[in-house]
Amino acid sequence: MMELICPAGTPAALKSAIDAGADAIYCGFNDETNARNFPGLNFSRDEMRKSIALAHGRGARVLVAINTFPRASAVDIWHRAVDDAASAGADALILADIGLMDYTARRHPNQRLHVSVQAAAANPDAIAFYAENFGARRVVLPRVLSVPEIAEITRESTCETEVFVFGGLCVMAEGRCSLSSYATGKSPNMQGVCSPPSHVTYEQTMDGTKSSLGGFTINRFAVSEPAGYPTLCKGRFSTSQGAGYIFEDPVSLDATALLKGMRDAGVTALKIEGRQRGRAYVESVVRHFRHALAALESGSEADIASLKPFTEGQASTLGAYRKTWR
Amino acid sequence: MNDPSAASPGPLPTIPPLVALAMRPLPLLPLQLVLAGVLRRIHRRNPAIFDRLGDHARARFGIKPIDLPFAFVVEARPPRLSVVRDLPRGLDARISASLANLLALLEGRVDGDALMFSRELVVEGDVEAVLALRNAIDDAQLDLAAEASSLFGPLGAPARRAFEAARGRVIGSSGQGGQSR
Amino acid sequence: MQLSLGPVLYNWAPERWRDFYFRIADEAPVDVVSVGEIVCSKRSPFLADHIPAVVERLQNAGKQVLLGSLILVSLRRERRQTDELAAAEGVLVEVNDLTCLRALAGRPHAIGPFVNIYNEASAAFHAARGARRICLPPELPLASVATIAKAVPDITTEVFAFGRVPLAISARCYHARLHKLAKDNCRFVCEKDPDGLLLNTLEQQDFLTINGVQTLSHTCANLLGEAGLLHESNVGSLRLSPQDCDMVVVAKAFRDVLDGRDDADGGNRRLAAAYPGVPFSNGFLWAEPGHVYRQARSGDAQGSAQIGTL
Repeated sequence: MMELICPAGTPAALKSAIDAGADAIYCGFNDETNARNFPGLNFSRDEMRKSIALAHGRGARVLVAINTFPRASAVDIWHRAVDDAASAGADALILADIGLMDYTARRHPNQRLHVSVQAAAANPDAIAFYAENFGARRVVLPRVLSVPEIAEITRESTCETEVFVFGGLCVMAEGRCSLSSYATGKSPNMQGVCSPPSHVTYEQTMDGTKSSLGGFTINRFAVSEPAGYPTLCKGRFSTSQGAGYIFEDPVSLDATALLKGMRDAGVTALKIEGRQRGRAYVESVVRHFRHALAALESGSEADIASLKPFTEGQASTLGAYRKTWR
Repeated sequence: MNDPSAASPGPLPTIPPLVALAMRPLPLLPLQLVLAGVLRRIHRRNPAIFDRLGDHARARFGIKPIDLPFAFVVEARPPRLSVVRDLPRGLDARISASLANLLALLEGRVDGDALMFSRELVVEGDVEAVLALRNAIDDAQLDLAAEASSLFGPLGAPARRAFEAARGRVIGSSGQGGQSR
Repeated sequence: MQLSLGPVLYNWAPERWRDFYFRIADEAPVDVVSVGEIVCSKRSPFLADHIPAVVERLQNAGKQVLLGSLILVSLRRERRQTDELAAAEGVLVEVNDLTCLRALAGRPHAIGPFVNIYNEASAAFHAARGARRICLPPELPLASVATIAKAVPDITTEVFAFGRVPLAISARCYHARLHKLAKDNCRFVCEKDPDGLLLNTLEQQDFLTINGVQTLSHTCANLLGEAGLLHESNVGSLRLSPQDCDMVVVAKAFRDVLDGRDDADGGNRRLAAAYPGVPFSNGFLWAEPGHVYRQARSGDAQGSAQIGTL
């Protein structure tokens, strides 16, 4: 059966994920070393040790994401994160930076290493590069691939594959996007934040809500119109060819309907996005996919409508997995 | 597959306007005393709760239940709560939602982002501070019934049952996820 | 300090593309020229016929020629294309995605601005595997640029110094989406916008530029005022990214300032005249939002202080 990899932004969410049936939980330290570096989120060193012990006691694994790109002259902060995660008993480290993978492979040769989605390894040759140079055992695939493309990768690779099945959806290749830092000075790659809340403003107007990021208007919502995050790639803009959601509508990924295709494609693990979400999200979404996987095993139909309230814009998409736009 | 545990959302109920109107002339001081007691109690029992606020520990949050004729001003450090008819100016952030949604958020029974997406929760001002507050509260796993009833000493158990009944009426028997813990 | 010309990122008509490079070969004071279609593999076949003549003309003019690899490689056809590129002889390949590195197997190569090198450890890793030149990602601040450039003194460190800044790449084509076309049947609508398509906010703030699967800034990076700082920081080359403007004038303006024949103010006036209507930006270098333009003055006290602390 495919593994279910679940997000946790706090120790309480990690417990919720285990309760709801997670095989593994991914999480990060409360600093710039991880790509969900939001205020009030993530784990202190002590919380990480205790949470890993708790998870192991209940038969779940913990994957520690250290998936930003170390800042020049401050690489030791990231080295310490790797050392501390390893000594806390992490079952795998999720890394994006080549220098950090090199350090980890040399310093902790027995530590299982996963290639973060932020490394944007989108084909078998790129994946082989990470496997051959750093002994990477698993790659989290970018959300730019279709299911047949994923099948081609699993056929050609020795690396296990992990794919996103639910949650926020980057429409740009992950780890290769500077839209956020262009507007705010803070980027996923460097500070671990995309469209950071510190630069978001919501303004209530007569017509509804206006969201802006770093002074740029991202969207205007009518009073009862469903909303999304004020992320740049899901904003409403105008061009000489028309206005609207130029990059992507505010939607979330929901690949419940594609689980069979994923399994047949040889996918090892399914990943739920959302370390920045609360316990209610973690519990409901994890339980949904636990049931959907059980249904897949027994050959019955999975319920595909029930996660709608958790989606941006109250709408979901199959993303690149089914490239209707190709 | 009809998954009984899957999210069965639908908006939580709001206080009927007539009830809210009837509450308007109520004096605010007793309410403030009780709620401030609950806040201090929560803080005493979870001293680390506001650590997650980090730099935002000194922020002043205005919380406006849209279906009630009053609002709250809350500070974390030191823990302080006041009940007001209208939110004052100069707050760092304002949060408005129905009382039921606010209570469910406090207990981590609904997802704040989901409420934002469906426009049932409105945030203005310092969005980062609100996010930090949300994350701090979510990790604390608060049980409001237990916190409130502990104020009543030997009468705690009946008070707790009364609160749970009241909560059940306001929130419904379950949160967004459709399951109780 | 070298000047290099990055690859044309937009979809220019093949003859126009060829003639652009012929003129660069004959007139532009640049030392290095990177050529090839790196944004969209569907555009590549149109340029293929002209590449040999362009490379020859540039090399005969004394320019070092780099052949750029695709930024995002996911299709089988794109992998094959990348493998063939890696096998090319007589020119240095400029790697824009790690896919290419495996095929290069340690042979000398250049690294383009689309490979994530954010620190000295990553730069050293690439240097040990044959990288001879590294053009750093445009979002890097000066402090990082300086640390990296000093850590790998044997290779040429380059920064993105002129042109709209590439900010994102996608599997999805936004030109096609905007024209309600499928990507496979896109009719190459991006060719209508040889300088990209302007994207505004709903309040008509100029914001971004759409170029098929790529998104760039609306502003034009301009680090002419920081050339001195960059030189002091061991940066060995400035990259000029072709826009739909007179790039010979742009190259001459940079060369004259670098060689002391003009000052930064004079150079900036020439750049503004050559590429009118597009605001400058240099925020990334100053660790500010990328769209910001901080007026640099030579001997800028704050600038010197920053350099002093490195």
